[in-house]
Amino acid sequence: MSGAATHVRGKKTLARAILGFVDKGVVNAVLVIVAIFWLVPTLGLFLSSLRTVGDSASSGWWTIFTTPAQLTIENYANLLANPTITGSFWNTILIAVPTTVFVVIFGALAGYAFAWLKFPGRDWLLIVVIVLLAVPLQVALIPLARMFGTLGIFGSIFGVILFHVAFGLPFAIFLLRNFFTQIPAELLEAARIDGASDWRIFVQVILPLGGPAIASLAIFQFLWTWNDMLVALIFTNSGSQPLTVAIQSQLRQFGSNIDVLSAGAFLSMIVPLIVFFAFQRFFVQALLAGSQK
Amino acid sequence: MFLIALGFLAPALVLLAGLVLYPILYTVVRSFFSADGGAFVGWDNYVTMFTNDSTFTAIRNNVIWVLVAPVACTVLGLLFAVLLEKIKWSTAFKLIIFMPMAISMLAAGVIFRGMFQESPNLGVVNAAVVAVNGAFGGGDAAYPGANPRTDVGLINDNGVIASEAAAAAGTEVNFPLVGVRADAVPASAAQAEIAGTASAGQITGTVWLDVVTGGGGTNGQIDDGKTGLPGIQVDAVEASGTIAATTETDAAGRYVLDGLGTESYRIALPASNFDEGYQGVSWLSSGLITAVIILSYIWIWAGFAMVMIASGLSAIDRSLQEAARMDGANEWKVFSRITAPLLSPVLIVVFVTLIINVLKIFDLVYVIPPGASKPAANVIAVEMWTVSFGGGSNQGLGSALAILLLILVLPSMIINVRKFRQERQS
Repeated sequence: MSGAATHVRGKKTLARAILGFVDKGVVNAVLVIVAIFWLVPTLGLFLSSLRTVGDSASSGWWTIFTTPAQLTIENYANLLANPTITGSFWNTILIAVPTTVFVVIFGALAGYAFAWLKFPGRDWLLIVVIVLLAVPLQVALIPLARMFGTLGIFGSIFGVILFHVAFGLPFAIFLLRNFFTQIPAELLEAARIDGASDWRIFVQVILPLGGPAIASLAIFQFLWTWNDMLVALIFTNSGSQPLTVAIQSQLRQFGSNIDVLSAGAFLSMIVPLIVFFAFQRFFVQALLAGSQK
Repeated sequence: MFLIALGFLAPALVLLAGLVLYPILYTVVRSFFSADGGAFVGWDNYVTMFTNDSTFTAIRNNVIWVLVAPVACTVLGLLFAVLLEKIKWSTAFKLIIFMPMAISMLAAGVIFRGMFQESPNLGVVNAAVVAVNGAFGGGDAAYPGANPRTDVGLINDNGVIASEAAAAAGTEVNFPLVGVRADAVPASAAQAEIAGTASAGQITGTVWLDVVTGGGGTNGQIDDGKTGLPGIQVDAVEASGTIAATTETDAAGRYVLDGLGTESYRIALPASNFDEGYQGVSWLSSGLITAVIILSYIWIWAGFAMVMIASGLSAIDRSLQEAARMDGANEWKVFSRITAPLLSPVLIVVFVTLIINVLKIFDLVYVIPPGASKPAANVIAVEMWTVSFGGGSNQGLGSALAILLLILVLPSMIINVRKFRQERQS
């Protein structure tokens, strides 16, 4: 592109240069305003979480710019001293981490089979997977609540993990299969000639080469599970609930619980934000690979 | 070979068959049974869905969502992606717009519920609306809570503060007021002063805050330290109710009503002086709640559209656009004739993904509306949860609603499968 641009620059008239400058200024100004609009919600929540209940009930977060003295970490101290919140934070980790691990493992195994093994009905099975990509999880809520009840795992963390793994798999298989098919066939052939089994090819060729795709999937699945509220709302109880469910139970009195709500919501955002800023390249890749969730 | 493949596929297939495929069949069958599952009811649940008020509202709202949200996100995403290429800080901009994708819809819900609170003291949106309204002259001086000093011949008649007795031209009518909040008195207010003697055809007087900060002074008298109340509308009302003259008080609280006849007038300060003033918009009320929730959805998902479209843009061969520009095509022509058609595969993927996602929208609608406007904001996924788990315990109707969602995503599924097959063939 830069080559073409320099080529054009030579032909630019003065008028066009001025127009281009004004144009750039306007675009910059517009995007700065847009960026501010996009930042204010998060900033407002963060500042609200640093104010006492009393302050939050009588004035808005923007007053801290005129009276910065009201800032306090009291809400966070209270939150971290609250066993319900700390317990649910721990539950969130206990749900999101195993879910991610299982989705990655099972997805990679199946993705390899779809990409490189020949078996009858493979294409049809793959189309079933693609169809399942778009299935709304609502269709499974009622039957699985019943099934988990019969199995005695309704309300347990294990049940929530099972649910998330099952509904994470179509995307995982689709994403990894697409990536694995792009691995050069010669690499697999060479390994096969050396007498490597499929299992060894999977572990020694596919997994190392598929690293970036697996990382993308892991980030995506982790954020998805961490942020879930609906499945946890139904399939957990007060002992196994994650942060999202613990926080939503405070919604009934929005005004008087704004300290718990804002600090809690921000607490629930911290881990996703760290993951996002650290690994956003992988997250974007997962989406680009054809997110249909 | 078959056994090896089965070995690799087994965990995924078992989970998908047992926890996704079987439940779909179960839910289909369950949707033809009664609330407790005891009796076969045929299509009853599906009929109920479209005749029951609350489910019908949910379906109608879902239609609004599908019509508005994906288009809005895609258009904004396209706009951002195109404009991005003209700025130097595009990476930072992308991060800012994309960041909401990482946080939970619950957190986003808490954020938007807070922002759109009704009180302009608490909700930032109404604070801004009131400030803008004030800047355009909408917010005249208002003194909510003001009352006349007792025993000085004034009454408060449903918010109108007026003289008890009628006054003739050439006299003076004063209004010592109390109960005015200190922060309601504008900075321009000065020491209250006695109005000059009224000439013929005039009535004069002063409106002041009859309180000396720190105490002192005589009630009903204009003493040092008492502030005039500027900007208060004063009317001279004839016995018939017609307003004969109207004016506003100055910085010292003085007013002069001119051009009066020989009859007697009641001097009144209309209620508009003492109401709360403009309080912004009731964003979370039934009428606007869906718009607010869709706005929060756009805040989250416009970044997704932008990132997808920006990567599609970067993959396009630029020589075509440059060639068109050399031929004298303007930017809009270049965009609509060349860029947009080349982008259409990406736009379709974004659009289909958003539609699938919007149909299932739950968290935001569950979190943002306060109790009173929940029914107006209802969508299928929330209704499905409410009737089957949230106290309704009608799992027959709940199953039917889940199947409705499944039917609604069918077209998107077909598009996905088609796209996949085309990619295979090429």
